[in-house]
Amino acid sequence: MEGLNFSVVLEYYPILLEGLLWTCILCVSSIALSLVCGVPLAVGSISKNRAVQLPTNFFLWVFRGTPLLLQLFLIYFGLPQIGIYLSPVASGILGLGIHYAVYNADVMRTGIVAVESGQHEGSRSLGLSKAQTMRKVIIPQALRNVAPPLGNNLIALLKESALVSIITVPELTLSAQRAISDTFRPFEFYIAAGAIYYCVNYLLELSLKRVEMKTAMYR
Amino acid sequence: MVRLVNVHKRFGDNEVLKGIDLEVHRGDILVIIGPSGSGKSTLLRSINHLETIDEGEIWIEDIQVTLPLKGRKYEKHINQIRQQLGMVFQHFNLFPHMTVMENITMAPMLLKKIPRKAAEEKASQLLKKVDLIDKVNFFPAQLSGGQKQRVAIARALAMEPKVMLFDEVTSALDPELIGEVNKVMKKLAEEHMTMLIVTHEMRFAAEVADHVVFMADGVIVEQGPPDQLFKNPVEERTKRFLSEVFK
Repeated sequence: MEGLNFSVVLEYYPILLEGLLWTCILCVSSIALSLVCGVPLAVGSISKNRAVQLPTNFFLWVFRGTPLLLQLFLIYFGLPQIGIYLSPVASGILGLGIHYAVYNADVMRTGIVAVESGQHEGSRSLGLSKAQTMRKVIIPQALRNVAPPLGNNLIALLKESALVSIITVPELTLSAQRAISDTFRPFEFYIAAGAIYYCVNYLLELSLKRVEMKTAMYR
Repeated sequence: MVRLVNVHKRFGDNEVLKGIDLEVHRGDILVIIGPSGSGKSTLLRSINHLETIDEGEIWIEDIQVTLPLKGRKYEKHINQIRQQLGMVFQHFNLFPHMTVMENITMAPMLLKKIPRKAAEEKASQLLKKVDLIDKVNFFPAQLSGGQKQRVAIARALAMEPKVMLFDEVTSALDPELIGEVNKVMKKLAEEHMTMLIVTHEMRFAAEVADHVVFMADGVIVEQGPPDQLFKNPVEERTKRFLSEVFK
């Protein structure tokens, strides 16, 4: 039996660092996409206009009911068939972003519904339109109310980003695999990649805690 | 200034307003009293269309609130009318994620396109008026009930409304905080702001009102100057209500 040798990880740190960089790019972009798309999906899912509500709910139902991996395959391998070519990174951002937008929409929806009706009345009585009321009064409060579960989604997104290695995005997991195929030391590199994921997640968790603390101040 | 003609409102089978006719002149202070469930709040909320009436007409000056419009046209019409009506609620309905200053300046900046500096100057004047200038950067959660309600009044005044609607604004307050809110309303009365006030505070009503309306079971039972209505009510129902209240 060959002994463990973690010093080999240090030799390959540029590869892992490059992987980390791509993981960060991928996650920051798809987190932004998931939050930006989550808001209209949440609002659409509770719209009184059925022409908006039904297609939105159908979209949410489809993306929540199918595996992320399959969605990534569909975007990366399937879309070229209809003439849409996306790079692996763009496919990864789009796949992760939309998949988590659906989960974020669900969390945001509960946040919106939980805002007291008096807030709508207070806002409408000043003369704000429905859209202005949503934008200025309801959604900011809803997002603050659901900051903790929304944060959980973002942490899950970061971990699930490893899946995009399958569509050849050179992120951390794929970088670890490249190092493994050079060195035949899977244990060391998977442990190293795991430690890096943990550290990044810890940083994300810390910043989410700060957001939570800030938003709790007004309560 | 405000005119209601044969206003009816139903919630399902329950008719809460059964043909209300009412007129309020510019600078008048009209106080509406009556038992719970008499339709007072619904009447007030109908004026700025937080409740949609089923029959009748509501006019603010020469503009009909209850025009039969649909979709965006309706929304635009109602929003314009609401900008002329300040409303203050029992539960304040301040925006908890905004500071006192932001609560007051948000609507004028957004709807009237007033520059931030001018809006903040106006807000400071209003906060001085309601005696809360030292709370500019506080969040609503950091204020007492009476202070919240005074901010709510300042917020409504910031839109420079033609009419102020007060819906049981002291009902949710501790007794010792009621005075400070009533004081602000008295100040407005001295400035001849047109006001419609729904209240359970009979002494306050007697003090500030030009005209008192007594409602019960969705109708106006009796109305008149406060001296007449409180001291010499004509209707049996009014007498019964007042004797209960002043017991």
